[in-house]
Amino acid sequence: MPEPAVECRHVWKIFGDKAREAFAAIAREGLGKDEVAKRFGCVIGVADASFAIEVGEIFCIMGLSGSGKSTLVRHINRLIEPTSGHVLIHGEDINAKSANELRRLRAEKIGMVFQHMALFPHRSVRDNVAYGLEVRGMDRKRRWAMAAEKLALVRLAGWESRYPHELSGGMQQRVGLARALAADPDILLMDEPFSALDPLIRRQLQDEFIALAGVVKKTTLFITHDLDEAIRLGHRIAIMRDGRLIQMGPPEDIVLHPADDYVAEFVKGISRLKFLTAEKVMDPWSPAAGASSVSLADCTRVRLEADVASVIALAAQSEKTIVVVDGENRPVGIVTPRGLLRAIQASAG
Amino acid sequence: MITKIPIGGAAEQLVAFVGTYLKPLVITFIWITLSLNGAFFWLFQSLPAPAWIIGVAIVAWRFAGPGIAIFGLLGLGLLWNQGLWGATAQTLSLVLTGTLMSLVVAIPLGIAMAESRVVNSVMAPILDFLQTMPRFVYLIPAVAILGLDVAPAVFATMTLAVPPPTRLTAVGIGQVDPRMVEAAEAFGSTRWQILAKIKLPLAFSAIMLGVNQCLMMSLSMVIIASLIGAGGLGAEILKAISEVKAGRGLVAGIGVVVLAILIDRITKGAAARLTRRWGRDTVMQQA
Repeated sequence: MPEPAVECRHVWKIFGDKAREAFAAIAREGLGKDEVAKRFGCVIGVADASFAIEVGEIFCIMGLSGSGKSTLVRHINRLIEPTSGHVLIHGEDINAKSANELRRLRAEKIGMVFQHMALFPHRSVRDNVAYGLEVRGMDRKRRWAMAAEKLALVRLAGWESRYPHELSGGMQQRVGLARALAADPDILLMDEPFSALDPLIRRQLQDEFIALAGVVKKTTLFITHDLDEAIRLGHRIAIMRDGRLIQMGPPEDIVLHPADDYVAEFVKGISRLKFLTAEKVMDPWSPAAGASSVSLADCTRVRLEADVASVIALAAQSEKTIVVVDGENRPVGIVTPRGLLRAIQASAG
Repeated sequence: MITKIPIGGAAEQLVAFVGTYLKPLVITFIWITLSLNGAFFWLFQSLPAPAWIIGVAIVAWRFAGPGIAIFGLLGLGLLWNQGLWGATAQTLSLVLTGTLMSLVVAIPLGIAMAESRVVNSVMAPILDFLQTMPRFVYLIPAVAILGLDVAPAVFATMTLAVPPPTRLTAVGIGQVDPRMVEAAEAFGSTRWQILAKIKLPLAFSAIMLGVNQCLMMSLSMVIIASLIGAGGLGAEILKAISEVKAGRGLVAGIGVVVLAILIDRITKGAAARLTRRWGRDTVMQQA
């Protein structure tokens, strides 16, 4: 198995003057957050987080504010030091790195996008994007060329000499993305990058990000408080609560098999239709079910793995019988209106 | 009987110590102030008064608008008309010398205060002390160590003109949005790069306000320092007092007001203009 791009092993972060004692007590006695607060005046930011992100994967961490997700993402580039545990980038422990090595890692390997853009107001768009290149000593001509290239990638060519305040929120965050991509890092850290934007722009930027991710293929750790966003973007999702990762898996697992009531409550509003396939709602193909009387030529065919939403769309379009076929185009099932209604009923929770 | 705690005596010993053992330092200070002051004065004398007056008006127009430009033209014209151009040039030379030397101390000190908690906790009470002490008190050690003339005037000026820009530099850097600093860190900046490329530019408005305050403090102290031999408009006022000539004192006083207004508006205007492209909101936040 290839080495993961990013790996967290039992990362704990406890905030407070007595963080070390508090951690020792947690390890010894298994204290909860209330006891830790009472006895040590400490706050648990991240509790025993372990996960690995494969190269090229988009991994979403979803949690409400205060769940510790922004704290966790800052461990990946060591803006925050863990109280205990290890963070590995391509197998190397970054907490073992010297200040110089760490700076090089940040400048060359890890790009970061922030919730509040954090663009530098006194620098032009071009100099914002080129910032990471500038601090590592690249000459102006080369870094401006690279900045222009990345700005074109986020469709902001021609805005190079403007200043951040002259741009709309959505454009500012595209500059933020270009800045993170400027050095062609392997890893992207995105800390709620679209949360501060209004819903329409957010949706648009998500689409752009999906398209961009297809081109640049960066390993991405994407933090969000919006489960819809996590489902749209993530190859895998981890749900975080009170500093703990309580469930981790592909979107359909989270939605279809929530690990506990907390996650179940979250996914309640999510339509499960797009995770259901034709296979799940069809009646099996058998002559007894009257299938023999159906002329195959006169049917609409769908594949086994077609999602239910598209099957519903087909059913709404025409009166034709919908037949489910396998890989060799052999009929294996039939979709009845009743079957579809059952699926809709079930997915509405 | 209660004995007095010998604070006064200790201070006198300190002054004597500086005068005796730190002589090279004292001489260097005198040499620098005299050279700087001489250079500025030479600059003011190198062009005829009308050229300077028109020059100032043009600069005022550019940075502070036509109102201040006309005010400068009339105000400085009046001083020239009253035969006070020489005194004005002397005062301005002293103000610029005092300001320049104050800033050379104040800005690095302000940066150090912002970056180090230790420096901050040591310097904060010292600055408070310097700022609340009655201004005349500074004239005494200045004279004791440096004698009469320009050097003690500049020294006394510095005691008053260093604290405001120091404090404003420290505050300006301290108020830089931590998210900016975090972003700079995330892209691999060194501490110096963060200071030079992020913190100082974002604290620019505050630092410029410090420069403005420094100029104003210098001007007020340079007038008072006429008591210890600083020339210029202050000396004119002092002469008017000793000769009980109210009119002459008034004209010189008006001259000080004219300079104060011009310096204030032009520096504030320049600061606003230089940060304009960064967006009003950001600059306001930082100020």
